[in-house]
Amino acid sequence: MPKTIEEINEKIRKGNAVVVNAEEIIGIAKEKGIKKTAQEVDVVTTGTFGPMCSSGAFINIGHSNPRIKLGGGRVYLDDVQTYAALAAADLFIGANALPDDDPRNRIYPGEFNFGGGHVIEKLVDGKDIRLTATAYGTDCYPRKKLETWINIKDVNEAVLFNPRNAYQNYNVAVNLSNKIIYTYMGILKPNMGNANYSTSGQLSPLFNDPYYKTIGIGIKVFLGGGIGFVAWQGTQHNPAAPRTERGVPTRGAGTLALIGDMKQMSSDWLIGTSMLGYGCTLTVGVGIPIPVLSEEMLEYTTVTDADILAPVIDYSSAYPHMETEILAEVSYAQLKSGWIVIRGKQIPTASLSSYSRAIKISNILKEWIQNGKFLLTQPVEALPGIDSGIKPKPLKERPIVE
Amino acid sequence: MIVSKKIVLHFPGRLVERPIVYHLIKDYDLEFNIMKASIIPDEEGLMVIELRGNQVNYDKGIKFLKDTGVRIQSLGQNVLRNESRCTHCGACITVCPTRAFKLDTETRLISFDDTKCIACGLCLKACPLRAMELHF
Repeated sequence: MPKTIEEINEKIRKGNAVVVNAEEIIGIAKEKGIKKTAQEVDVVTTGTFGPMCSSGAFINIGHSNPRIKLGGGRVYLDDVQTYAALAAADLFIGANALPDDDPRNRIYPGEFNFGGGHVIEKLVDGKDIRLTATAYGTDCYPRKKLETWINIKDVNEAVLFNPRNAYQNYNVAVNLSNKIIYTYMGILKPNMGNANYSTSGQLSPLFNDPYYKTIGIGIKVFLGGGIGFVAWQGTQHNPAAPRTERGVPTRGAGTLALIGDMKQMSSDWLIGTSMLGYGCTLTVGVGIPIPVLSEEMLEYTTVTDADILAPVIDYSSAYPHMETEILAEVSYAQLKSGWIVIRGKQIPTASLSSYSRAIKISNILKEWIQNGKFLLTQPVEALPGIDSGIKPKPLKERPIVE
Repeated sequence: MIVSKKIVLHFPGRLVERPIVYHLIKDYDLEFNIMKASIIPDEEGLMVIELRGNQVNYDKGIKFLKDTGVRIQSLGQNVLRNESRCTHCGACITVCPTRAFKLDTETRLISFDDTKCIACGLCLKACPLRAMELHF
Protein backbone atom coordinates (compact mmCIF):
# COMPACT_ATOMS: atom_id res chain seq x y z
CA MET A 1 0.00 0.00 0.00
CA PRO A 2 2.38 2.84 0.97
CA LYS A 3 2.35 5.43 -1.83
CA THR A 4 4.92 8.08 -2.58
CA ILE A 5 4.25 11.71 -3.41
CA GLU A 6 5.76 11.07 -6.87
CA GLU A 7 3.26 8.25 -7.50
CA ILE A 8 0.38 10.48 -6.47
CA ASN A 9 1.68 13.29 -8.69
CA GLU A 10 1.84 10.88 -11.62
CA LYS A 11 -1.86 10.17 -11.09
CA ILE A 12 -2.59 13.89 -10.81
CA ARG A 13 -0.80 14.51 -14.12
CA LYS A 14 -2.84 11.76 -15.78
CA GLY A 15 -5.99 13.28 -14.32
CA ASN A 16 -7.00 10.19 -12.33
CA ALA A 17 -6.00 11.04 -8.79
CA VAL A 18 -8.82 10.59 -6.26
CA VAL A 19 -9.16 13.77 -4.22
CA VAL A 20 -11.72 14.43 -1.48
CA ASN A 21 -11.98 17.07 1.22
CA ALA A 22 -11.39 16.48 4.92
CA GLU A 23 -15.13 16.42 5.64
CA GLU A 24 -15.96 13.92 2.87
CA ILE A 25 -13.18 11.54 3.90
CA ILE A 26 -14.86 10.94 7.27
CA GLY A 27 -17.93 9.34 5.70
CA ILE A 28 -15.97 7.48 3.02
CA ALA A 29 -13.62 5.87 5.54
CA LYS A 30 -16.54 4.97 7.77
CA GLU A 31 -18.29 3.23 4.92
CA LYS A 32 -15.35 1.49 3.26
CA GLY A 33 -12.91 1.06 6.12
CA ILE A 34 -9.43 2.49 6.54
CA LYS A 35 -7.58 -0.09 4.44
CA LYS A 36 -9.73 0.18 1.33
CA THR A 37 -10.09 3.96 1.56
CA ALA A 38 -6.33 4.39 1.92
CA GLN A 39 -5.89 2.44 -1.33
CA GLU A 40 -8.55 4.39 -3.18
CA VAL A 41 -8.05 7.98 -2.02
CA ASP A 42 -4.85 9.81 -2.94
CA VAL A 43 -5.29 13.27 -1.49
CA VAL A 44 -7.39 14.85 1.27
CA THR A 45 -7.78 18.63 1.02
CA THR A 46 -8.16 20.85 4.08
CA GLY A 47 -9.14 24.48 4.55
CA THR A 48 -9.49 27.25 7.08
CA PHE A 49 -10.74 30.84 6.83
CA GLY A 50 -10.47 33.07 9.86
CA PRO A 51 -8.82 36.19 11.28
CA MET A 52 -5.05 35.61 11.47
CA CYS A 53 -3.37 38.58 13.10
CA SER A 54 0.21 37.63 12.41
CA SER A 55 -0.06 38.44 8.70
CA GLY A 56 1.46 41.11 6.50
CA ALA A 57 2.95 41.95 3.15
CA PHE A 58 6.27 43.00 1.67
CA ILE A 59 6.03 45.44 -1.22
CA ASN A 60 8.75 46.77 -3.50
CA ILE A 61 7.33 49.89 -5.13
CA GLY A 62 10.11 50.47 -7.72
CA HIS A 63 12.49 53.42 -7.72
CA SER A 64 11.26 56.95 -8.28
CA ASN A 65 13.20 59.62 -10.18
CA PRO A 66 14.95 61.22 -8.38
CA ARG A 67 15.44 58.29 -6.04
CA ILE A 68 14.12 58.25 -2.49
CA LYS A 69 15.36 56.06 0.36
CA LEU A 70 12.22 54.89 2.15
CA GLY A 71 14.25 52.83 4.63
CA GLY A 72 14.63 54.89 7.78
CA GLY A 73 11.90 57.29 6.66
CA ARG A 74 8.16 57.24 7.22
CA VAL A 75 5.77 55.67 4.75
CA TYR A 76 1.99 55.42 4.79
CA LEU A 77 -0.38 53.47 2.55
CA ASP A 78 -3.85 55.04 2.61
CA ASP A 79 -2.68 56.78 5.81
CA VAL A 80 -1.87 53.44 7.47
CA GLN A 81 1.61 53.11 8.97
CA THR A 82 4.03 50.79 7.23
CA TYR A 83 7.40 49.49 8.31
CA ALA A 84 9.95 51.35 6.22
CA ALA A 85 13.21 50.11 7.67
CA LEU A 86 14.46 47.92 4.89
CA ALA A 87 16.17 48.99 1.66
CA ALA A 88 15.22 52.05 -0.38
CA ALA A 89 12.12 50.76 -2.17
CA ASP A 90 10.98 47.97 0.16
CA LEU A 91 8.13 48.19 2.66
CA PHE A 92 6.30 45.91 5.03
CA ILE A 93 2.71 46.44 6.05
CA GLY A 94 1.34 44.42 8.95
CA ALA A 95 -2.33 43.48 9.26
CA ASN A 96 -2.61 45.31 12.62
CA ALA A 97 -1.16 48.64 11.43
CA LEU A 98 -3.34 51.74 11.94
CA PRO A 99 -3.49 55.32 10.70
CA ASP A 100 -1.74 57.76 13.09
CA ASP A 101 -5.01 59.60 13.66
CA ASP A 102 -7.11 56.52 14.45
CA PRO A 103 -8.48 57.12 17.97
CA ARG A 104 -7.66 53.50 18.93
CA ASN A 105 -9.32 52.76 22.26
CA ARG A 106 -9.40 56.41 23.40
CA ILE A 107 -13.02 56.25 22.32
CA TYR A 108 -13.81 52.92 23.92
CA PRO A 109 -14.40 50.46 22.42
CA GLY A 110 -12.42 51.53 19.35
CA GLU A 111 -13.99 50.63 16.01
CA PHE A 112 -10.81 49.99 14.02
CA ASN A 113 -12.59 50.33 10.71
CA PHE A 114 -9.49 50.62 8.54
CA GLY A 115 -5.98 49.28 9.02
CA GLY A 116 -3.23 47.19 7.48
CA GLY A 117 -5.52 44.25 6.75
CA HIS A 118 -7.84 46.53 4.82
CA VAL A 119 -4.94 47.98 2.80
CA ILE A 120 -3.91 44.43 1.89
CA GLU A 121 -7.48 43.61 0.84
CA LYS A 122 -7.64 46.77 -1.33
CA LEU A 123 -4.27 45.98 -2.90
CA VAL A 124 -5.22 42.43 -3.90
CA ASP A 125 -8.53 43.78 -5.15
CA GLY A 126 -6.55 45.85 -7.67
CA LYS A 127 -7.54 49.21 -6.19
CA ASP A 128 -5.19 52.21 -6.19
CA ILE A 129 -3.52 52.93 -2.84
CA ARG A 130 -2.22 56.36 -1.83
CA LEU A 131 1.45 56.26 -0.79
CA THR A 132 2.87 59.16 1.19
CA ALA A 133 6.50 59.09 2.26
CA THR A 134 9.07 61.31 3.87
CA ALA A 135 12.78 60.52 3.94
CA TYR A 136 15.95 62.23 5.16
CA GLY A 137 17.70 62.42 1.79
CA THR A 138 21.19 61.21 0.93
CA ASP A 139 23.69 61.94 -1.86
CA CYS A 140 22.51 58.88 -3.80
CA TYR A 141 18.83 59.11 -2.74
CA PRO A 142 18.22 62.89 -2.65
CA ARG A 143 14.43 62.98 -2.63
CA LYS A 144 12.73 63.77 0.67
CA LYS A 145 9.04 63.58 -0.17
CA LEU A 146 6.92 61.30 -2.27
CA GLU A 147 3.16 61.22 -2.81
CA THR A 148 1.78 58.88 -5.43
CA TRP A 149 -0.85 56.30 -6.22
CA ILE A 150 0.42 52.75 -6.33
CA ASN A 151 -1.28 49.65 -7.69
CA ILE A 152 -0.46 45.98 -7.23
CA LYS A 153 -0.09 45.52 -10.97
CA ASP A 154 2.65 48.17 -11.12
CA VAL A 155 4.74 47.35 -8.05
CA ASN A 156 7.69 45.01 -8.56
CA GLU A 157 6.78 42.58 -5.82
CA ALA A 158 3.86 42.17 -3.45
CA VAL A 159 4.52 39.19 -1.23
CA LEU A 160 2.22 38.06 1.55
CA PHE A 161 4.31 36.82 4.44
CA ASN A 162 2.46 35.64 7.52
CA PRO A 163 4.70 34.67 10.44
CA ARG A 164 1.92 32.73 12.16
CA ASN A 165 -1.15 31.20 10.49
CA ALA A 166 -3.31 28.11 10.70
CA TYR A 167 -3.05 27.53 14.46
CA GLN A 168 -3.50 23.86 15.31
CA ASN A 169 -6.31 24.23 17.85
CA TYR A 170 -7.20 27.35 19.79
CA ASN A 171 -8.87 28.65 22.93
CA VAL A 172 -12.60 29.03 23.42
CA ALA A 173 -13.09 32.48 24.95
CA VAL A 174 -15.57 33.37 27.68
CA ASN A 175 -15.91 36.28 30.11
CA LEU A 176 -16.31 35.52 33.83
CA SER A 177 -16.46 39.19 34.87
CA ASN A 178 -19.63 41.21 35.25
CA LYS A 179 -18.94 43.66 32.43
CA ILE A 180 -18.72 43.27 28.67
CA ILE A 181 -15.20 42.90 27.25
CA TYR A 182 -13.88 43.42 23.74
CA THR A 183 -11.21 40.96 22.66
CA TYR A 184 -9.52 39.49 19.62
CA MET A 185 -11.96 36.64 20.17
CA GLY A 186 -14.85 39.05 19.64
CA ILE A 187 -17.33 40.65 22.01
CA LEU A 188 -17.63 38.62 25.20
CA LYS A 189 -20.73 39.21 27.25
CA PRO A 190 -20.54 39.26 31.07
CA ASN A 191 -21.03 36.19 33.26
CA MET A 192 -20.28 33.78 30.43
CA GLY A 193 -23.04 35.24 28.24
CA ASN A 194 -21.43 33.73 25.18
CA ALA A 195 -18.46 31.60 24.12
CA ASN A 196 -16.44 32.33 20.97
CA TYR A 197 -14.14 29.95 19.11
CA SER A 198 -12.12 30.16 15.93
CA THR A 199 -11.23 27.09 13.90
CA SER A 200 -12.48 24.98 11.05
CA GLY A 201 -12.03 21.90 13.28
CA GLN A 202 -12.09 18.68 11.29
CA LEU A 203 -11.30 20.64 8.10
CA SER A 204 -8.33 22.51 9.57
CA PRO A 205 -4.94 21.67 8.00
CA LEU A 206 -2.88 20.76 11.05
CA PHE A 207 -5.68 18.70 12.68
CA ASN A 208 -5.47 16.40 9.66
CA ASP A 209 -1.72 15.89 10.00
CA PRO A 210 -1.26 16.25 13.75
CA TYR A 211 2.39 15.14 13.83
CA TYR A 212 3.45 17.18 10.76
CA LYS A 213 4.33 14.10 8.73
CA THR A 214 3.45 15.65 5.35
CA ILE A 215 3.06 19.35 6.16
CA GLY A 216 6.58 20.70 6.32
CA ILE A 217 8.84 23.51 5.20
CA GLY A 218 8.71 24.21 1.46
CA ILE A 219 5.38 22.59 0.62
CA LYS A 220 2.92 24.25 -1.71
CA VAL A 221 -0.42 25.41 -0.30
CA PHE A 222 -3.53 27.46 -1.11
CA LEU A 223 -2.92 30.92 0.35
CA GLY A 224 -5.33 33.82 -0.06
CA GLY A 225 -6.74 32.40 -3.30
CA GLY A 226 -3.31 31.91 -4.87
CA ILE A 227 -0.42 29.54 -4.41
CA GLY A 228 1.77 29.93 -1.37
CA PHE A 229 4.35 27.94 0.51
CA VAL A 230 5.14 26.93 4.06
CA ALA A 231 8.19 29.09 4.80
CA TRP A 232 8.95 27.93 8.30
CA GLN A 233 7.21 26.82 11.45
CA GLY A 234 4.99 29.65 12.66
CA THR A 235 5.95 31.75 15.63
CA GLN A 236 4.91 30.23 18.99
CA HIS A 237 4.92 26.78 17.30
CA ASN A 238 4.24 24.39 20.16
CA PRO A 239 4.50 20.73 19.15
CA ALA A 240 4.79 19.74 22.84
CA ALA A 241 1.17 20.69 23.62
CA PRO A 242 -0.84 17.94 25.34
CA ARG A 243 -2.53 15.55 22.93
CA THR A 244 -5.29 12.96 22.88
CA GLU A 245 -4.52 9.30 22.19
CA ARG A 246 -4.88 9.81 18.46
CA GLY A 247 -2.44 12.72 18.54
CA VAL A 248 -4.88 15.62 18.39
CA PRO A 249 -3.55 18.53 20.46
CA THR A 250 -5.94 19.80 23.13
CA ARG A 251 -4.33 23.27 23.31
CA GLY A 252 -2.91 25.74 20.81
CA ALA A 253 -0.09 23.73 19.24
CA GLY A 254 1.57 23.80 15.81
CA THR A 255 1.58 26.92 13.62
CA LEU A 256 2.79 27.76 10.13
CA ALA A 257 4.65 30.70 8.60
CA LEU A 258 3.29 31.12 5.08
CA ILE A 259 4.54 33.07 2.08
CA GLY A 260 3.11 33.67 -1.38
CA ASP A 261 2.84 36.00 -4.37
CA MET A 262 0.02 38.42 -3.60
CA LYS A 263 -0.36 39.29 -7.28
CA GLN A 264 -2.22 36.01 -7.85
CA MET A 265 -4.32 36.26 -4.70
CA SER A 266 -7.88 37.52 -4.37
CA SER A 267 -9.86 39.72 -2.01
CA ASP A 268 -12.32 36.83 -1.64
CA TRP A 269 -9.70 35.12 0.51
CA LEU A 270 -7.86 38.04 2.13
CA ILE A 271 -10.31 40.33 3.88
CA GLY A 272 -9.58 43.34 6.08
CA THR A 273 -11.13 42.70 9.48
CA SER A 274 -12.08 44.89 12.45
CA MET A 275 -12.30 43.53 15.98
CA LEU A 276 -14.24 46.01 18.10
CA GLY A 277 -12.12 47.35 20.96
CA TYR A 278 -9.15 45.28 19.83
CA GLY A 279 -7.81 46.29 16.44
CA CYS A 280 -7.47 45.56 12.76
CA THR A 281 -6.48 42.22 11.35
CA LEU A 282 -6.72 40.12 8.20
CA THR A 283 -9.02 37.18 7.54
CA VAL A 284 -6.88 34.69 5.62
CA GLY A 285 -7.83 31.64 3.58
CA VAL A 286 -5.44 28.69 3.83
CA GLY A 287 -5.80 25.23 2.31
CA ILE A 288 -3.32 22.37 2.44
CA PRO A 289 -3.44 19.01 0.63
CA ILE A 290 -2.62 15.93 2.68
CA PRO A 291 -1.19 13.09 0.58
CA VAL A 292 -2.59 9.73 1.68
CA LEU A 293 0.80 8.00 1.81
CA SER A 294 -0.26 5.27 4.18
CA GLU A 295 -3.14 3.92 6.23
CA GLU A 296 -1.73 5.87 9.17
CA MET A 297 -1.96 9.16 7.22
CA LEU A 298 -5.49 8.34 6.16
CA GLU A 299 -6.47 7.68 9.74
CA TYR A 300 -5.26 11.13 10.76
CA THR A 301 -7.46 12.74 8.11
CA THR A 302 -10.57 11.01 9.43
CA VAL A 303 -10.49 13.16 12.57
CA THR A 304 -13.96 14.51 13.40
CA ASP A 305 -15.15 17.53 15.37
CA ALA A 306 -16.12 15.16 18.18
CA ASP A 307 -12.45 14.05 18.49
CA ILE A 308 -11.12 17.58 18.87
CA LEU A 309 -11.14 19.17 22.30
CA ALA A 310 -10.48 22.84 23.03
CA PRO A 311 -9.80 24.64 26.31
CA VAL A 312 -12.33 27.19 27.59
CA ILE A 313 -10.47 30.22 28.96
CA ASP A 314 -11.67 33.29 30.85
CA TYR A 315 -10.57 36.35 28.87
CA SER A 316 -11.47 38.86 31.61
CA SER A 317 -8.77 37.71 34.00
CA ALA A 318 -7.01 34.39 33.31
CA TYR A 319 -5.93 35.24 29.75
CA PRO A 320 -4.63 38.79 30.34
CA HIS A 321 -2.74 37.66 33.43
CA MET A 322 -1.14 34.57 31.92
CA GLU A 323 -2.95 32.27 34.30
CA THR A 324 -3.23 28.72 33.06
CA GLU A 325 -6.63 27.95 34.53
CA ILE A 326 -8.92 26.14 32.12
CA LEU A 327 -12.63 26.21 32.90
CA ALA A 328 -13.46 23.14 30.84
CA GLU A 329 -12.54 21.19 27.75
CA VAL A 330 -15.23 21.03 25.11
CA SER A 331 -15.34 19.33 21.72
CA TYR A 332 -15.83 21.17 18.45
CA ALA A 333 -18.92 19.04 17.87
CA GLN A 334 -20.39 20.58 21.03
CA LEU A 335 -19.25 24.08 20.05
CA LYS A 336 -20.75 23.74 16.58
CA SER A 337 -24.12 22.66 17.99
CA GLY A 338 -24.59 26.27 19.11
CA TRP A 339 -24.44 25.66 22.88
CA ILE A 340 -22.02 24.45 25.51
CA VAL A 341 -22.55 23.92 29.22
CA ILE A 342 -19.95 25.32 31.64
CA ARG A 343 -20.39 25.23 35.41
CA GLY A 344 -23.99 24.22 34.89
CA LYS A 345 -24.73 27.20 32.66
CA GLN A 346 -25.91 26.82 29.08
CA ILE A 347 -23.89 29.23 26.95
CA PRO A 348 -24.52 30.14 23.30
CA THR A 349 -21.47 29.72 21.05
CA ALA A 350 -20.28 31.59 17.98
CA SER A 351 -17.41 31.08 15.58
CA LEU A 352 -15.06 33.72 14.21
CA SER A 353 -13.85 31.35 11.52
CA SER A 354 -16.12 30.52 8.59
CA TYR A 355 -16.68 26.80 8.15
CA SER A 356 -18.65 27.22 4.92
CA ARG A 357 -15.78 29.22 3.38
CA ALA A 358 -13.27 26.66 4.66
CA ILE A 359 -15.21 23.98 2.77
CA LYS A 360 -15.04 26.19 -0.33
CA ILE A 361 -11.25 26.46 0.02
CA SER A 362 -10.89 22.69 0.36
CA ASN A 363 -13.02 22.27 -2.78
CA ILE A 364 -11.07 24.85 -4.81
CA LEU A 365 -7.85 23.05 -3.87
CA LYS A 366 -9.51 19.75 -4.82
CA GLU A 367 -10.35 21.17 -8.25
CA TRP A 368 -6.83 22.49 -8.76
CA ILE A 369 -5.43 19.03 -8.03
CA GLN A 370 -8.05 17.20 -10.11
CA ASN A 371 -7.32 19.50 -13.06
CA GLY A 372 -3.61 18.79 -12.80
CA LYS A 373 -2.82 22.42 -11.96
CA PHE A 374 -1.50 21.73 -8.48
CA LEU A 375 1.04 19.00 -7.73
CA LEU A 376 1.94 17.83 -4.26
CA THR A 377 5.32 18.62 -2.75
CA GLN A 378 7.67 16.84 -0.40
CA PRO A 379 8.78 19.00 2.55
CA VAL A 380 12.31 20.33 2.17
CA GLU A 381 12.64 19.99 5.93
CA ALA A 382 10.22 18.74 8.59
CA LEU A 383 8.60 21.14 11.04
CA PRO A 384 9.89 20.74 14.59
CA GLY A 385 8.01 17.78 16.01
CA ILE A 386 7.07 16.51 19.44
CA ASP A 387 10.66 15.44 20.14
CA SER A 388 12.23 18.75 19.12
CA GLY A 389 12.08 20.19 22.62
CA ILE A 390 10.61 23.39 21.19
CA LYS A 391 8.19 25.11 23.52
CA PRO A 392 7.14 28.76 23.52
CA LYS A 393 8.28 30.60 26.63
CA PRO A 394 6.67 33.56 28.38
CA LEU A 395 8.78 36.71 28.50
CA LYS A 396 11.07 36.72 31.48
CA GLU A 397 11.27 40.39 32.38
CA ARG A 398 14.56 41.67 33.75
CA PRO A 399 14.19 45.12 35.30
CA ILE A 400 16.55 47.70 33.90
CA VAL A 401 18.34 49.49 36.71
CA GLU A 402 19.90 52.76 35.52
CA MET B 1 -57.71 40.96 14.72
CA ILE B 2 -54.81 42.40 16.68
CA VAL B 3 -51.69 43.33 14.71
CA SER B 4 -48.28 44.32 15.98
CA LYS B 5 -45.58 45.68 13.71
CA LYS B 6 -42.19 47.32 14.13
CA ILE B 7 -41.97 50.40 11.99
CA VAL B 8 -39.68 53.37 11.41
CA LEU B 9 -41.25 56.82 11.26
CA HIS B 10 -39.46 59.66 9.51
CA PHE B 11 -40.80 63.07 10.52
CA PRO B 12 -39.96 65.90 8.14
CA GLY B 13 -38.53 68.99 9.86
CA ARG B 14 -41.86 70.86 9.74
CA LEU B 15 -43.60 68.14 11.78
CA VAL B 16 -41.03 67.69 14.51
CA GLU B 17 -42.76 70.05 16.88
CA ARG B 18 -46.25 68.54 16.52
CA PRO B 19 -47.52 65.84 18.91
CA ILE B 20 -48.37 63.35 16.19
CA VAL B 21 -47.80 60.09 17.97
CA TYR B 22 -50.19 61.25 20.70
CA HIS B 23 -53.05 60.99 18.21
CA LEU B 24 -52.29 57.33 17.61
CA ILE B 25 -53.34 56.62 21.20
CA LYS B 26 -56.12 59.12 21.55
CA ASP B 27 -57.86 58.82 18.18
CA TYR B 28 -56.99 55.31 17.07
CA ASP B 29 -56.61 53.40 20.34
CA LEU B 30 -53.18 52.04 19.38
CA GLU B 31 -50.46 50.95 21.78
CA PHE B 32 -46.87 51.69 20.99
CA ASN B 33 -43.47 50.91 22.38
CA ILE B 34 -40.66 53.31 21.46
CA MET B 35 -37.42 51.48 20.65
CA LYS B 36 -35.43 54.41 19.34
CA ALA B 37 -36.00 58.11 18.84
CA SER B 38 -33.81 60.91 17.56
CA ILE B 39 -34.20 64.42 16.25
CA ILE B 40 -31.64 66.12 14.08
CA PRO B 41 -32.05 69.91 14.51
CA ASP B 42 -33.73 71.57 11.51
CA GLU B 43 -33.78 68.32 9.60
CA GLU B 44 -35.94 65.40 10.56
CA GLY B 45 -37.07 63.27 13.41
CA LEU B 46 -36.79 59.52 13.46
CA MET B 47 -38.67 57.10 15.65
CA VAL B 48 -38.59 53.33 15.76
CA ILE B 49 -41.76 51.99 17.35
CA GLU B 50 -43.68 48.81 17.75
CA LEU B 51 -47.31 49.66 16.98
CA ARG B 52 -50.09 47.40 18.23
CA GLY B 53 -53.88 47.44 17.93
CA ASN B 54 -56.76 45.98 15.96
CA GLN B 55 -56.28 45.81 12.21
CA VAL B 56 -58.92 48.45 11.35
CA ASN B 57 -57.50 50.99 13.80
CA TYR B 58 -53.94 50.09 12.80
CA ASP B 59 -54.69 50.81 9.14
CA LYS B 60 -56.44 54.07 10.01
CA GLY B 61 -53.53 55.11 12.23
CA ILE B 62 -51.01 54.41 9.47
CA LYS B 63 -53.17 56.38 7.01
CA PHE B 64 -53.30 59.29 9.48
CA LEU B 65 -49.50 59.26 9.77
CA LYS B 66 -49.04 59.18 6.01
CA ASP B 67 -51.59 61.96 5.46
CA THR B 68 -49.77 64.10 8.00
CA GLY B 69 -46.55 63.71 6.01
CA VAL B 70 -44.74 61.08 8.04
CA ARG B 71 -42.73 58.62 5.93
CA ILE B 72 -43.08 55.02 7.10
CA GLN B 73 -40.70 52.12 6.58
CA SER B 74 -40.94 48.66 8.00
CA LEU B 75 -38.04 48.10 10.38
CA GLY B 76 -36.48 45.12 8.65
CA GLN B 77 -35.76 47.23 5.57
CA ASN B 78 -33.28 49.32 7.51
CA VAL B 79 -30.70 46.77 8.54
CA LEU B 80 -29.13 45.06 5.59
CA ARG B 81 -26.48 42.43 5.24
CA ASN B 82 -23.92 43.13 2.55
CA GLU B 83 -23.78 39.63 1.12
CA SER B 84 -20.49 40.27 -0.67
CA ARG B 85 -18.73 40.98 2.64
CA CYS B 86 -20.41 38.37 4.85
CA THR B 87 -18.29 35.25 5.29
CA HIS B 88 -20.87 33.43 7.43
CA CYS B 89 -18.44 33.14 10.35
CA GLY B 90 -21.09 33.60 13.02
CA ALA B 91 -19.70 36.42 15.17
CA CYS B 92 -23.11 38.14 15.01
CA ILE B 93 -25.13 35.26 16.40
CA THR B 94 -24.56 35.69 20.11
CA VAL B 95 -24.50 39.51 20.21
CA CYS B 96 -27.98 39.92 18.71
CA PRO B 97 -30.51 40.49 21.52
CA THR B 98 -33.46 39.19 19.47
CA ARG B 99 -31.69 36.19 17.90
CA ALA B 100 -32.27 37.47 14.39
CA PHE B 101 -29.23 35.53 13.17
CA LYS B 102 -29.52 31.80 12.93
CA LEU B 103 -26.95 29.17 12.11
CA ASP B 104 -28.00 26.34 9.83
CA THR B 105 -26.07 23.47 11.41
CA GLU B 106 -26.06 21.54 8.10
CA THR B 107 -24.82 24.17 5.65
CA ARG B 108 -23.04 26.25 8.34
CA LEU B 109 -24.55 29.34 6.75
CA ILE B 110 -26.00 32.14 8.88
CA SER B 111 -29.45 33.45 8.00
CA PHE B 112 -30.64 36.94 8.96
CA ASP B 113 -34.34 37.28 9.81
CA ASP B 114 -35.06 41.00 9.42
CA THR B 115 -38.53 40.66 10.92
CA LYS B 116 -36.90 39.88 14.28
CA CYS B 117 -34.46 42.81 13.96
CA ILE B 118 -35.04 45.82 16.22
CA ALA B 119 -32.29 47.87 14.56
CA CYS B 120 -30.27 48.21 17.77
CA GLY B 121 -27.06 48.28 15.73
CA LEU B 122 -25.04 45.88 17.90
CA CYS B 123 -24.24 43.59 14.98
CA LEU B 124 -22.86 46.49 12.94
CA LYS B 125 -19.85 46.84 15.20
CA ALA B 126 -19.62 43.20 16.22
CA CYS B 127 -19.26 42.02 12.62
CA PRO B 128 -15.50 41.66 12.00
CA LEU B 129 -16.02 42.07 8.26
CA ARG B 130 -18.38 45.05 8.70
CA ALA B 131 -20.98 43.33 6.58
CA MET B 132 -24.03 44.69 8.43
CA GLU B 133 -25.31 48.09 7.32
CA LEU B 134 -27.91 50.45 8.74
CA HIS B 135 -29.95 52.54 6.31
CA PHE B 136 -32.39 54.91 7.98
